[in-house]
Amino acid sequence: MTRQITVISGKGGTGKTTISSAFASLADDVVIADCDVDAADMHLIMAPEILETKDFYGLKVASIDPDLCTACGICERSCRFGAIGPDLHVDVYRCEGCAVCEYVCPSDAITMLDRKAGDVFTSMTRFGPMAHARLGIGEEASGKLVSAVRDAATELALRYNKSTIIIDGPPGTGCSVIASITGVDLVLIVTEPTVSGMHDLERVSEVVEHFRIPALVCINKSNINEQNTNRILDHCRSRQMDVVGILPYDRTPTDAMLVGKTVVEYVDNDFSSGVRAMWEKVQKYLFAE
Amino acid sequence: MKIAIASGKGGTGKTTVAVNLALSLGEVQLVDCDVEEPNCNLFLRSDLEKYQDVVLPVPRIDGNKCTHCGKCAQFCQYNAIALLSSGPMLFPQLCHGCGGCILVCPESAISEDGRITGVIERGRVYDTINLWQGKLFIGEAMASPVIRQLKSSIGEEGIKIIDSPPGTACPVIASLKDVDYCVLITEPTPFGLNDLVLAVEVVRQMGIPFGVIINRHGMGDDRVDVYCKAENIPVLMRIPDERQIAVLYSEGIPFVTQMTEWKERFRKMFGDIVSQIPVKEGN
Ligand code: SF4
Ligand code: SF4
Repeated sequence: MTRQITVISGKGGTGKTTISSAFASLADDVVIADCDVDAADMHLIMAPEILETKDFYGLKVASIDPDLCTACGICERSCRFGAIGPDLHVDVYRCEGCAVCEYVCPSDAITMLDRKAGDVFTSMTRFGPMAHARLGIGEEASGKLVSAVRDAATELALRYNKSTIIIDGPPGTGCSVIASITGVDLVLIVTEPTVSGMHDLERVSEVVEHFRIPALVCINKSNINEQNTNRILDHCRSRQMDVVGILPYDRTPTDAMLVGKTVVEYVDNDFSSGVRAMWEKVQKYLFAE
Repeated sequence: MKIAIASGKGGTGKTTVAVNLALSLGEVQLVDCDVEEPNCNLFLRSDLEKYQDVVLPVPRIDGNKCTHCGKCAQFCQYNAIALLSSGPMLFPQLCHGCGGCILVCPESAISEDGRITGVIERGRVYDTINLWQGKLFIGEAMASPVIRQLKSSIGEEGIKIIDSPPGTACPVIASLKDVDYCVLITEPTPFGLNDLVLAVEVVRQMGIPFGVIINRHGMGDDRVDVYCKAENIPVLMRIPDERQIAVLYSEGIPFVTQMTEWKERFRKMFGDIVSQIPVKEGN
């Protein structure tokens, strides 16, 4: 059985991608999935060689045939998203693809068209196969695209017989986060001892709890505020989430990123050995019976 | 005038800029549109009061009238209704509230309820800031309706600073709609540049005038500066990578309240922004 772990953070910029890519370079038998489709950064470190590109279709979009349209205006009144203007044109940014207008149009003038909302890539990297994506600008379906990337990763794991899928998740608590954690075996939440980091840790751990997924915590940049680090430790204890790593505020992630390497490839220092030790622990949870 | 603070990547300092700019300007409305993680008030600590619930319509199926025909489940584009052997089952979190199932049901078995997915709150702080925030409830998926309702709650007059959600997807578009200017925050690193380029694509496509603030300047290299120069994008401000700023941030203290010389810099930047906004016809 393939085991899946998603690295999330609630708040952006806590070091999620630094840690998930370091894990990818430490794992033996791994497929990497970049599910932060809205701000996909992992490829900058993984340097994937793209093997296959698939079109991703999100929600459909309504299209009105002017030759059939009798300007009755029924569609305009029926669209709840204000996507059809008085001129009977469809605003593609507002249309949520519900198909109500197609259903109500008495003249069959409306068809629902597929709309390409991005690309899904399957690639090879120096650490193993990788699934990633590019979301079109302003597209709605980022949750669906996350699921498409995860499907591609699962397929890769089968094809190459890999035991582990490491998923770099998106920030926030909404649809793309939910799509990136449903059905995984373990979640690692990367946080930082700032008021925002703590607040978002609380919210995202509620999401994880809501979906009943076991969660571990990593406190990054811990020495920026020792007092807050202790508060996070208390919070995790009360929620029964184990803290598996406490990493210092350090230049290493930035320096490694500048040369396109993971922190463990880049240097052997306190920071990278902290990440190494954390991966050892995480593996134990991930493969526990 | 509406000014949005946005960034392709989270954690680059959007909230820091929004809050510190608001504190430097005098009378403003600060609108926290990052409804999945509203953080402005962590730095302002206002006693927020509830202004409105965010209510989305959701179908209710009358089991006595329903004949299990399954037309509603077939119609729903979002898989919010599944037909089980016991009858249709609703997954409210997936429902967009389009009303389609009500139209297609041949037995008129479906009516509509409201479902609360979030809340709009407001408060007043520092005597000069009207703070508005939207909050999406945990386990809920759709941020955009909360953002739209939040934006329509605030009045038209005065200066409005909008803290946008990170990324380039639909919630960002909802928060940027109708703004006069967008400030993009980034970091001088490969990730920062990659995500800035995506964010620039968004604001260009939407036709919004914009400039860039480089946060944690000095931590990486000069690639963002080089890019902005090549693309003719104004760099509005550089905030240095200083430990004092990071520590104040970690404690939830807006740095202009301690490093007061920055208030003048934010005011000057605001003047630059205003001069870059094209005058609208008819005004
Ligand atoms: S498909 Fe739905 S959202 Fe799109 S235009 Fe038609 S009624 Fe409006
Ligand atoms: S209202 Fe629309 S989205 Fe909601 S269940 Fe009915 S058809 Fe689906």
